[in-house]
Amino acid sequence: MSSDITATTAGEQSPSEAADSTQSAAPANPVVRFLSTGFGRNLGLIIALLLLCVVGFATAGDRFASADNLLTILRLGSVIGVVSIGMTFVISGGGIDLSVGAIVALSSVWATTLATQQMAADLHWVVMVFTAIAVGAGCGLINGLLVAYGRVAPFIATLAMLASARGLAEIIAQRRTQIIRDRDFITFFGGSAFGIPVLVIIFVLVAVTGWVLLNRTTFGRRTLAIGGNPEAARLAGIRVQRQTAMLYVLLGVACGIAAVMLMARTTTGTSTHGMLYELDAIAAVVIGGTLLSGGRGTIVGTVLGVLIFTTLTNVFTLNNLDTSTQAVAKGIIIVAAVLLQQRVAGRHQSSG
Amino acid sequence: MKNTRTRSALVAAFAGLALVVTGCTSNDPQTTDTAADDTANDAGTSDSTADDGGDAAGAGSGNDEVGDTVVIGFSGPAADHGWLAAINSSATGAAEQYEDIDLRVAEGTNDPSQQIALVETFINDGVDAIVLLPTDGAALTEVAMRAMQAGIPVVNVDREFSSEFAARTTILGDNYGMGVSAGTYACQLIEDEGISDPVIAEIAGIDSLPLTQDRSQGFEDALAECDQTVDNRVAAEFTVESGERVTSNLLQAAPEIDIIWNHDDDQGVGVMAALDNAGRDEMKLIGGAGSANAMRWIQEGRMEATVLYPPTQAADGIKLARLLAQGKGMSDLVQVEVPRRIVLNAPVVNADNVEEYMDLGFES
Repeated sequence: MSSDITATTAGEQSPSEAADSTQSAAPANPVVRFLSTGFGRNLGLIIALLLLCVVGFATAGDRFASADNLLTILRLGSVIGVVSIGMTFVISGGGIDLSVGAIVALSSVWATTLATQQMAADLHWVVMVFTAIAVGAGCGLINGLLVAYGRVAPFIATLAMLASARGLAEIIAQRRTQIIRDRDFITFFGGSAFGIPVLVIIFVLVAVTGWVLLNRTTFGRRTLAIGGNPEAARLAGIRVQRQTAMLYVLLGVACGIAAVMLMARTTTGTSTHGMLYELDAIAAVVIGGTLLSGGRGTIVGTVLGVLIFTTLTNVFTLNNLDTSTQAVAKGIIIVAAVLLQQRVAGRHQSSG
Repeated sequence: MKNTRTRSALVAAFAGLALVVTGCTSNDPQTTDTAADDTANDAGTSDSTADDGGDAAGAGSGNDEVGDTVVIGFSGPAADHGWLAAINSSATGAAEQYEDIDLRVAEGTNDPSQQIALVETFINDGVDAIVLLPTDGAALTEVAMRAMQAGIPVVNVDREFSSEFAARTTILGDNYGMGVSAGTYACQLIEDEGISDPVIAEIAGIDSLPLTQDRSQGFEDALAECDQTVDNRVAAEFTVESGERVTSNLLQAAPEIDIIWNHDDDQGVGVMAALDNAGRDEMKLIGGAGSANAMRWIQEGRMEATVLYPPTQAADGIKLARLLAQGKGMSDLVQVEVPRRIVLNAPVVNADNVEEYMDLGFES
């Protein structure tokens, strides 16, 4: 987590700059300066995404470029997108969370039990939303306490949560699919406002909130500081343990929101929801340009990462290609995107 | 009951904490209802068959009468979706019908080496018969063969071993037959409705499993009989979420679909959600497996049909194991011995016969 390299990088830059530039000395060349901005570092991803869109348009034509299809891509990306934004915070803060998929499953199950649905029918469907988010936050709190105060390695603490949260979800749901009876809930989240699906609006809101939180608040600066060098952060007066715990709670809340979105999309809550979300989210975050070792995070990169994977699946389906080919392409995209990014970063370093 | 102690402890600890976080929620009404109903039904059946003894019309012999108590070991994959959960409950349900069965259920697992260890435990305990639904047929063949050599008859359920010598009896659903049934039904629909140039889509299950490949092959072969091909094919993962995801993309790929065959009714809940989200209902949806949800949709007219792949084969496996261990044959057959191989039929359930099959539908 706090290797020598990241320690020196973090030492050279103030936490406030960490989000915007990789080096403290701003290069004179305007091209290089452009590349060192957030947008510049995301250039590789934007190129990859544009390439995918070109391929999609060339092979599927109007079926790809239709407004309907673009909204489908966004809607499919929105659930994993919300999880990935939460994951960006935990990874920037030097942690990792393997339990996100299991938390989504547990939240969705807990929020759709007969008891909860009955309460929702008596009061309002907001009860279900509240339950899902509260369960997510609770799981996140347990993760956070174990990691920050119990000093359990994040990998292990969240691995334990992965096993037990899905297990508990299976016990509660008795391995059955719980169908949501409240049509108002489905209609609200499944509907659109101003022609944009509510799910996509939620994703955008979460992304914007995440961006502001990470780049424009002390909370975000503290996050990057403890991810870059926890010891330096502690000496600077940051309460590292509390900050770490809060990051996991934040991710838990994101998982709860994702569970609500998934419930609306599938009209169900079940223990099989969110299978392998941890890997999808980590992949999106890392190809987005967030350092797996912590200390640097980018919300825009994460959103682009999510969109790349969702668009890829969509283009493959439009062309009627099988899932195995898709898996190979996914692997190549991960490597290509990271290599592209490194080239951009490398050019920056050699000239700067 | 399927969790190790450590896992249960973790779950318990976590559950305790989580209860503090939010108010207590439960599924109790559903739990007690269905569980009570199930046991009541089962008890009813066993009582009546016991009372009727040998003279009941279907029984034909005294096979259901209490015999020597036999110990049967049952091991299957982790019940992570509705169909596999139904496999487990049908196995335990069958065992509860008989006073002379002492059923030992091993913890469900998706790890072949773990399952091998569980079967080895059965062998060491010297059970009278083993019913095995392998996580992977080929991987469990060797240990099943060892059980057979130790004189313990093995009943192979659903996923086949790679050797004939590894099981005394094999009972399995017909995956290829499922595809054929679905394809034949699709051909029939095309003819009856006079659809010209139909767009046919297929939503498969996990593509790397042999059973998925068999189903797809059967579908393709049957469609070839009426000169049709699958126009769009996607593969989900037997989960609701994956069903919704791949179907949303599929609907974009094909603006007009006439017939969809979805391999699995568990993921079918997601397929249905995606159709609703997109406001598409122009196609005839054919399902697979035969969940209670699917049967209800057929009754409501939201789904055309489903092809059965009954989870009750585990119950049949237990019954066969009991007969083997007690040295009995199947009473309806002339043969003295239990047959080597039983392949279940894959009938199509539609609006015409759904009432008849409703009881076989499993809650997913």
